[in-house]
Amino acid sequence: MLEVSDLRVAYGAVSALDGVSLSVQPGVTTAVLGANGAGKTSLLRAMTGMVKAKSGRVVWKGTELTRLASEEIVRRGVAHVPEGRGVIQDLTVEDNLRLGGLWRSDREDRRRALEEMYEFFPALKERRRRSAYTLSGGERQMLAVGRALMARPELLLLDEPSLGLAPIIVAQIMELVARLSADTGLTVLLVEQNARAALSISKRAVVLSLGKVVVEGAAADIAADEELRHHYLGF
Amino acid sequence: MVYAAMAMALVLIWRATRVVNFAQGAMAMFSTYVAVSVIDRGGNYWEALVVALVFGFAAGAVVERVLVRPVESKPPLNAVIVTLGLLILVESGAAMIWGDSLRSYPSRFSQTGLKLGGQRVALSPFDLYIIGAVLVVMAGLVVLFRATSLGLRMRASAFEPEVARLLGVRVGRMLTLGWALAAVVGALGGILVAPKVFLDPNNMDDVLVYAFTAAIVGGLDSPVGALVGGLGMGLSLSYVGGYLGYSLETVGAFVILIVVLMVRPEGLFTTTTPRRV
Repeated sequence: MLEVSDLRVAYGAVSALDGVSLSVQPGVTTAVLGANGAGKTSLLRAMTGMVKAKSGRVVWKGTELTRLASEEIVRRGVAHVPEGRGVIQDLTVEDNLRLGGLWRSDREDRRRALEEMYEFFPALKERRRRSAYTLSGGERQMLAVGRALMARPELLLLDEPSLGLAPIIVAQIMELVARLSADTGLTVLLVEQNARAALSISKRAVVLSLGKVVVEGAAADIAADEELRHHYLGF
Repeated sequence: MVYAAMAMALVLIWRATRVVNFAQGAMAMFSTYVAVSVIDRGGNYWEALVVALVFGFAAGAVVERVLVRPVESKPPLNAVIVTLGLLILVESGAAMIWGDSLRSYPSRFSQTGLKLGGQRVALSPFDLYIIGAVLVVMAGLVVLFRATSLGLRMRASAFEPEVARLLGVRVGRMLTLGWALAAVVGALGGILVAPKVFLDPNNMDDVLVYAFTAAIVGGLDSPVGALVGGLGMGLSLSYVGGYLGYSLETVGAFVILIVVLMVRPEGLFTTTTPRRV
């Protein structure tokens, strides 16, 4: 369903991705792991057009995404929650959410999607009229995920959702993502430095190091491989 | 009142693109000249107004696409230089096309003061027309930004263009629309005031300074603030002009600007934290 072939990304002279290939099956949650600077975020950014790939291809449901603008990629059913969440602080919680679904033309559908988000995230419903900058880190993460889901995507890219959050909140977010995927068949690509948390909810995993794929396989196998864990994942 | 209209246009562009347009006044002046051309060819006030507004809208869109788009992602200084360059270009262009001597602009409404209880008051039907027009435009803008999805998309495109793209917003179009709208408001401002201020290629320079100050006083994020700032500026500057001499009006404007920037940089009506200008 999603095929990344030999993707190379560089920021000027610095190479971030050095020929990465992976494939994701529908409905499967895949973790993308590795240390800081391994290229995980660059992978997601190249997939959604935030940065132009030097070479290689990204193909989603038969369409090549590699040269498209971000807004066009999103309109093909891909949602990306960026690193740092990207919550628009000057807008209200509700405006942030609504924004996620605006490109869809069916107004009824958008209204229903908003209600569904409020059911899924009651904390957001309580704060719907507040400015987004008043939210805590965990609430912002929920807002960012909810906003991405408003467009009913088929593929959700999550970039380091646990960043800066307390362990108990991290556990909540992970549980949420797992529930989402189980309930709706959403395909998730989860980039995380917190490998333990990510592996607990993923079926498959890809480990990156210095811009290359070093291991790819079932999440359970990777979690069980102590040497690998110590070497690349820090636990 | 004029300051309020121009200030609104500046605020609008600031909200829509985070770029301050130094050529705002010049573009408005150019549109007003276009209106005069229509009148010269026998059109009436309203036809001239409509033509100039359409022209303003198109000009704003073209300027954004051709001149501003390439510098949007570069440091803010580039955009400043581009709009300053545009200012010089437009003023010289107007002078070349229409000559740089003063011209008068016909007024649709009487400019003599209304009679109130037998006394002539310093408020004419023309003044009422200006106030009415400004209020209508302002109401329209507030509705656009607060209550419509289009307004939401425009604001998102201005605040966080990258994030907006990730949410499927066609940011490029929103920016072009923002510029076009601002150009229309500016053109309206120019035409509204033209009967009072004779038309010449440089007539908007002072107004630009006043309007910019008004926008900063009110807060660059707030149309209401821009309106109040504009009215406040108009009033204070009349006092300065009246008591201290007209040449000091511009100085007065700068003094107000400096005081506000020192005391409350985010303006009197914003709720967000101050941003670098």
